[in-house]
Amino acid sequence: MSHTDVEASASETLLVEPSRLSPTRRALGTVLRSRELSIFLVLVAVTVLATSKNESFLFSSDGLRNFLLNPSILLLLAVGQGVVIITRNVDLSVGSVMALTAYLTGRLFIEVPGIPVVAVIAACLVVGALLGLVNGALVAYGGVPALVITLGTLYIYRGIMLTWAGSDRINAGDLPREFLRLGTRTTLGIPWMTILAFVVLAAVGYYLHTARGGREMYAIGSDPDAAVLYGLPVKRRLLAAFVLSGALAGLAGALYTARYGTVSSSVGSGIELQAVAAAVIGGIAIFGGSGTVWGAAIGAFLLVTINRALPSLGIEDFWQRAVVGVLILGAIVLDRVLATRQARKLAESRDHS
Amino acid sequence: MKFHTRRPTALAAILLSATLALTACGSDDTGSDSEGGDSGSGGGDLSMTMLPKNLGNAYFDTSTKGAMSAADELSIDLEEVGPETGSPDAQVSYINTAAQQGKDALILSANDPEALCDAIDEARSADVKVITFDADTNPECRDLFINAATSEGIAAKQLELISEQIGGSGEIAILSATANATNQNAWIEMMEAELAENPDYADIELVDTVYGDDEDQKSFDQTEALLQNHPDLKGIISPTTVGIAAAARYLSDSEFKGKVALTGLGTPNQMREFVEDGTVTAFALWNPGDLGFLATYAAAALVAGDITGEEGDSFDAGELGTFEVGADGVVLLGEPFTFNTDNIADFDF
Repeated sequence: MSHTDVEASASETLLVEPSRLSPTRRALGTVLRSRELSIFLVLVAVTVLATSKNESFLFSSDGLRNFLLNPSILLLLAVGQGVVIITRNVDLSVGSVMALTAYLTGRLFIEVPGIPVVAVIAACLVVGALLGLVNGALVAYGGVPALVITLGTLYIYRGIMLTWAGSDRINAGDLPREFLRLGTRTTLGIPWMTILAFVVLAAVGYYLHTARGGREMYAIGSDPDAAVLYGLPVKRRLLAAFVLSGALAGLAGALYTARYGTVSSSVGSGIELQAVAAAVIGGIAIFGGSGTVWGAAIGAFLLVTINRALPSLGIEDFWQRAVVGVLILGAIVLDRVLATRQARKLAESRDHS
Repeated sequence: MKFHTRRPTALAAILLSATLALTACGSDDTGSDSEGGDSGSGGGDLSMTMLPKNLGNAYFDTSTKGAMSAADELSIDLEEVGPETGSPDAQVSYINTAAQQGKDALILSANDPEALCDAIDEARSADVKVITFDADTNPECRDLFINAATSEGIAAKQLELISEQIGGSGEIAILSATANATNQNAWIEMMEAELAENPDYADIELVDTVYGDDEDQKSFDQTEALLQNHPDLKGIISPTTVGIAAAARYLSDSEFKGKVALTGLGTPNQMREFVEDGTVTAFALWNPGDLGFLATYAAAALVAGDITGEEGDSFDAGELGTFEVGADGVVLLGEPFTFNTDNIADFDF
């Protein structure tokens, strides 16, 4: 509320003409004002609270491992989802893609004994990317809203999985030990799956932030019509976004099987909504054009950590879901408030000059 | 594979039996008067139909295998048919077919206690003996029900196993299916009562009951929460196959492996990995092979007229021994079967 004049003018400069500030102040200002930071602070608060109540939440070998490990599957989905949402689309089929590749992972190990783990993961990536390509092609060339297309493919992909799997299920005994160990293996206390998820996150985040293709995705999301008029390769970028989302869902499927060791037909149902929630909570605007995958990743961490922390704090199941709902609503309200304030400030500064 | 070959077979059977019924109509009127003589379709051998909830299900594959070996011993011509999915209406056409074929008996695991009764009534009025196993219909619409284990037996077995594994004292918790699952709640209630009353379990304290909703991931997460919230936990009972497998998977690579005991109801295929790696020492379920075996013997005894399904009737079931029909025409297989390192390799379901 009580901004000093210096701060107020700095924040205004950052908004209107960032290049007038020194790079350090600019970076500092961006970080301090970022949505990612506030979500990160919530995450820290939840973790501290849960740990103070129950030390083993973080300070036991299982606790730390699970803290890092459990969000990694959702993190991958949230990163893919984040990219799609930034282009003002949505991919609801990720849960079904994940289910298909999770089952594919199990089947490959059963049908082809001795198949290398790398080959299975590659197969999941390829299948996921192909399923994503179908989504992308329908959205980019069909001109139908992604919400409808991916809602359709959500059911189609799940139907394929149900027909294929039937009442069959993959059991831990069907999978090679080395693959199952992948699910919990750690290096210096950090699980491999988490490292993998972070590498993907870093690559995608860097691409979005610096590469031409990444910036164009933001431009498409800000104003799709303007992007077309400007001559951006809109269709190609949309295809890329959906292929990425599909491939990451495919990877998540393989990791799911490694982690949980059991694949039944209900795998991943509803997880697409968690991925959207993680992206939105992490500050990606649902109408595209703003936000970062870093935010989506922190959002994924926050969702999973809250779900882990609330039982430890003795809070009932129902409230766990309600808390997630409040977080989503809060994120969207905050989004609107910030957007209107920003628009007002921009208008004001234009009037001044 | 099975699916593709069986559908046409069933279809052909319907067509065949329809034509047979047309030609046989005349002789049926006189033939049905003589009670004992209607088993003669296959040169004195009995002919029966086995109808599981669905095909391609390892559990029922095992029960059918048991039934087939009993059929061999009794030289019964036993045929397995069944739908691909476990929906109630899917079984109706198979029941009608068995009636039209004039089978001596139908052994089925009912997908619904109510919905099948009309079809079953029709079959019974065509002199087909109807025996349910694994899952019952309403008692009045079948002749016998072969029950795998009683709720009391299941509850007692699980307590016995956990008590053995934690050395008779300490904190235990239950990881159940959904909060309103009828079977699980009945077992949990009985276990609670037994814990309170039985002096053998005086030192065992049930500290928590959580629900994994029969979802792998949720059961997994609930196991984690249980271990975190109760640092002194000695054992977990999970009376649901999904729950016990998820809990075992969590335990198998956590710091609690071997320190926290886990038992409950599971299937050998799901639990094999965890019994072999030492996470789980023993768990319970019934043996579906024995269940199918007993059902076939009971069906033969019914058809032969050795028993009528009245309470107190008793019949011989080969290597399983002698069984007595209880109230409501229920035959109890026995106590739940315990699976452990020594015998788990013998089972595939």
